[in-house]
Amino acid sequence: MSRGSLLLRMELQSNPEMLCVVRQALGQLAAAMGFPEPECRAVVLAVDEALTNIIRHAYLGNTGRPIEASFHRVQAARDGRRKDALEIVLEDRGTAVNRKKLCGRALEDVRPGGLGLHFIRECMDTVEFNRRNGRNQLRLVKILDVHGPEKGP
Amino acid sequence: MQIAARHLDKITIFDISGDIDLATSPELRKALLREFRDLKIPRVVLNLERVRYIDSSGVASLVEGLKASRDVGSRLVLFGVNSTIREVLQISRLLKIFEIYENEEQSVAP
Repeated sequence: MSRGSLLLRMELQSNPEMLCVVRQALGQLAAAMGFPEPECRAVVLAVDEALTNIIRHAYLGNTGRPIEASFHRVQAARDGRRKDALEIVLEDRGTAVNRKKLCGRALEDVRPGGLGLHFIRECMDTVEFNRRNGRNQLRLVKILDVHGPEKGP
Repeated sequence: MQIAARHLDKITIFDISGDIDLATSPELRKALLREFRDLKIPRVVLNLERVRYIDSSGVASLVEGLKASRDVGSRLVLFGVNSTIREVLQISRLLKIFEIYENEEQSVAP
């Protein structure tokens, strides 16, 4: 997959009060790209959960720390065909992600918490974690399976 | 998110509106635990008709409320579960553990 055209870039602070702003913007962006409503909701949920994880785990609940979010229209392969997709990259400067904790938990174990990563994986086609230059980077991709508008954003 | 409480005999009804997310779910959790643990209310009904969004922290608050209700022999009942909430509960595989009704009348029925 090659990095495509930039649709939106956001510089945020690790403030839970800002999550609703991101959800609103992302929902409209996904809709403008041609994602059906349930897919828009899935993308919004995944990004919201990812930002929540950054605030809670990378920044340990501290507010005012930087988060960068970029949204690109890219091409991705599915079933041997190239399709439009939305690529989302989230970067933070918090503590390194503990890869041992990225396995989520058994859903049969009914208890509060531990669902965020499961939501992200259920909602997105690609979920990749990296640590580069002291930053956590999360890359998410959602493939557009329907024919989008002729002139998207 | 806003929570408005109504009381009907020994039932507390919370009319919830807005988004239940990282910023707001602690308030819901606190309200549920107060009803069950402190006030020992036999049934708490959540009207979710006007909830636009719920994330995993909101689901966690519901699960914690459900566990608190079971600990004291009470009931946590939901109604007005729209497609957004239903999808999230389905992804969580938690849809079946909650007592969900179509409307308020069913939720408060003896």
